[in-house]
Order: sequence, then C-alpha cells, then structure tokens
Amino acid sequence: MIAIVDLGIGNFASVKKALDGNVTVNPDVVKGADKIVLPGVGNFGEVAKKLKPLRETILRKIEAGTPFLGICLGMHLLFPSSSEGGGEGLGVLAGDVSGLPREASPHIGWNQVFPAREDPLLSDLEPGSFFYFVHSYYPNPEDESVVTGKTEYETAGGIKSFPATVRRENVFGVQFHPEKSSKKGLKILENFKQL
Amino acid sequence: MEMLAKRIVAALDIKKGRVVKGIQFKNLRDAGDPVELAKEYESAGIDELVFLDITASQENRNILLDLVKRVSREVFIPFTVGGGIKTVEGVRGLARNGADKVFMNTAAVENPDLVRKSADVLGRANLVVAIDGKKADGGWRVHTHGGTKPRSVSVVDWARRVEELGAGEILLTSMETDGTRTGFDLELTSAVADAVNIPVIASGGAGEPQHFEQAFRAGASAGLAASIFHYGDYSVAEVKNFLLERGTNVRREQGNY
Repeated sequence: MIAIVDLGIGNFASVKKALDGNVTVNPDVVKGADKIVLPGVGNFGEVAKKLKPLRETILRKIEAGTPFLGICLGMHLLFPSSSEGGGEGLGVLAGDVSGLPREASPHIGWNQVFPAREDPLLSDLEPGSFFYFVHSYYPNPEDESVVTGKTEYETAGGIKSFPATVRRENVFGVQFHPEKSSKKGLKILENFKQL
Repeated sequence: MEMLAKRIVAALDIKKGRVVKGIQFKNLRDAGDPVELAKEYESAGIDELVFLDITASQENRNILLDLVKRVSREVFIPFTVGGGIKTVEGVRGLARNGADKVFMNTAAVENPDLVRKSADVLGRANLVVAIDGKKADGGWRVHTHGGTKPRSVSVVDWARRVEELGAGEILLTSMETDGTRTGFDLELTSAVADAVNIPVIASGGAGEPQHFEQAFRAGASAGLAASIFHYGDYSVAEVKNFLLERGTNVRREQGNY
C-alpha cells in the first residue's frame, strides 16, 4: 500500500489515481505503508506545522528503508528549513530551501529535466523530457551528489539551474508535479511504484 | 532560447457541467462531457486547460465542484477553473476538489482584497486574475460581468495592481479580437506583458498557428484558444510543429529535437 500524506489544501486525486494509493493523515496508515508519498501544495511553514504529528513516524519509516517520494513542497520538506517560512522540515537531506530570484519567480510551466546522476525514477525517460513546475522556492542540498536531475532557468545574470530531482538511497524528491506532467510524469510515478 | 516552454492552452466553456460550444473532435463518445474532451486534449498535447463556468447559481456550483473532482481524477495536466467566484471559500472549494489554479475576474475588481486573500490560500502561483479589456481613451479599459460593464480602471493599471495584490498570472482577453479568429490583440498583449513580471496568457482571436507565435513575440507566456481546436481547424500538434519550426520553445514528446 502506498500512503499519500495529505497536508495541504490541495486535492491529490490525480496522485491517488496514478499510484492507486491511500490519501491519509493517519499515522497508523503511514506506519503500515510500503511506500510513502508527500505531495505538497502550500507554504513551507504551514505545512511543516501540519507535518509535526507524523514527523517521527515518517522519519522511522525512512530509516527503515521505505521508499519515500516528496513532490514539490514535499521535496522541500526533506530539508531542515526553508526561507519560505519558519518550521521544521524532515531534515533527511542536509541543506536548505531558497527563493528563486525575483525575475524567475514564480517558475510556472513546462520545463526540461536533464539527468545528472543515475536515478531509477528517471528510467526510460529521455534526457530533456518536459515536466510541469509551479514553485517559487528550490532546494540547495549540501551534498551535490544527491542531485540526480537539473532544470535550467533564466535570471538577470544568465542561465542557472536548480535541482529538479534528488535522491539519497530510498529517499526521492521531485520539484515538478509528475501528476500534472501527462505521460512523462505518469512514467515517474510508475517508476516509483515499481521500486 | 527561453527555458520555460510557451504554453498552448485550451478553454472550455461549461454550463451545468456540460461543454457549451459545439465540438467536432472525432473519437469522442460524448462530445459534451468536459472530462472526455479534457482527456482528448491531453492526449493531443495541450499544455493546460481552462474551465470557465458560465452558470453561477448555488445548485450549479455543486455540479461544477463535482466536475472539477472528475477532471482531477482523469486528467494529468494542469487545469484552471473560474467563473462566478466571489469568496475565499469558493476559491478554497475549487482547490480542495482538485483545481490546480483558480481564476477570478469581476470579483477581483469589486473586491481587490479577495485577490490578496485567495493568493494566501492557494499560493500566488496558483491564482490567476482574468482581465477583459476593450479600447478606450488611447488605452484599454477593464470590463467586468462578462464584458458588459465598463470600469474606470485601465487594463495596464489593473494588471499592475493585481500583480501587487498577489496574482500569479494574468489571463488577458481582448474584447476586440475575441471570437474573430483574426489573431490575438498584440498591442494589448505587449502593453500588459511589459507592465508586469508575472506571466500573461493571451486570449481572444486565435485562428492560425502563426497567431500564437505573434502573441509570444508580443510577450505572452501562453496563448489560449477555443474554436481553433474545437472546430478542428488545426490540431494542437499542427500548432506546436509550426512553432517548433519557427524556433519557439514548446513542450514536445521527445526531449530533444
């Protein structure tokens, strides 16, 4: 069973449908899950607050090797903190979350992901596949080796990139919304399901 | 080349949970079913969908919420919903039922605070303010109530204001070009795109693939169309292939070409 942790105001019907998972906030359901997905819509501080009652359960599951996927804000919550707002993330990846420069924020729309390292989530997807992004913040992992895919964006100072996908062992994060990225996104979710 | 792909957006007018305008897509079992049509659009390669509810009674509101729920289960591209929203609760209801983005038009003009509050609820990236504009006094004037009511504010000033209030995107419809299929209103599009930093979705007048290219050159991030696709004049792929040949970055199935 895949537990889809619902902490935002959003509706995760498309994630649920794609993964055939259970949308839940119940710690017991999360405890019994084979895989955990944390989709994220909202503000880091607010969602971190709502995550509190589940925090220990999720951390223990991650430690035990349960595959975990954080989507968008859910990816940011893998880090200890964010400049978007106070509150404690899961802190399973070292680093922080920063705001995109004003001229590039919010980053809304379809952009390409270029693989940087081996990641089973990206298997069978061509380099440069398009995914749908909606965000104003992006993660800065301390350890560059967790970045498995990158996306380029334009700033006043030229073209830069942010981590589009991260992975450390059983922990995965994607900055884009696979559930909104049509066939390519569904392939990512399918790859996660197959882990 | 710009990194973010220019978006091709299709609009569906909804009345009592059904698509209003006649549709000539083949392979549709029920051409009036918005979910069927949305799925067809997704597989045709559209980047985003906008659902405009043209009925606003409470009874129809529930039909709309039910539709939003169905779309969110069956369609795997982003979709925006609007029409007749007056309250933050209305915004929240749409988001809770699965709308990725919500747009507002008249209510934003009558109650600008609603824009700010809705941006707080949805996150500003997910709040779209729709502006209907018509030429007046050497500029463009905002019209509300489905274009029937001229307002004192200019389109450019209002666009700047909604950006400040927290809108993440502007859906800009020219009342001059809407329905003409003679091309987007490029003057209006560029005036607004120059005035704000947030993305502008050009709307009204798309009839040929080159109209999208023109709108993008004028500064639009997305082009919205209805009849060009609904009536089968051009497929989404034909529009995108034209744009790719002209060097415009649009989403395509293969990563590199």
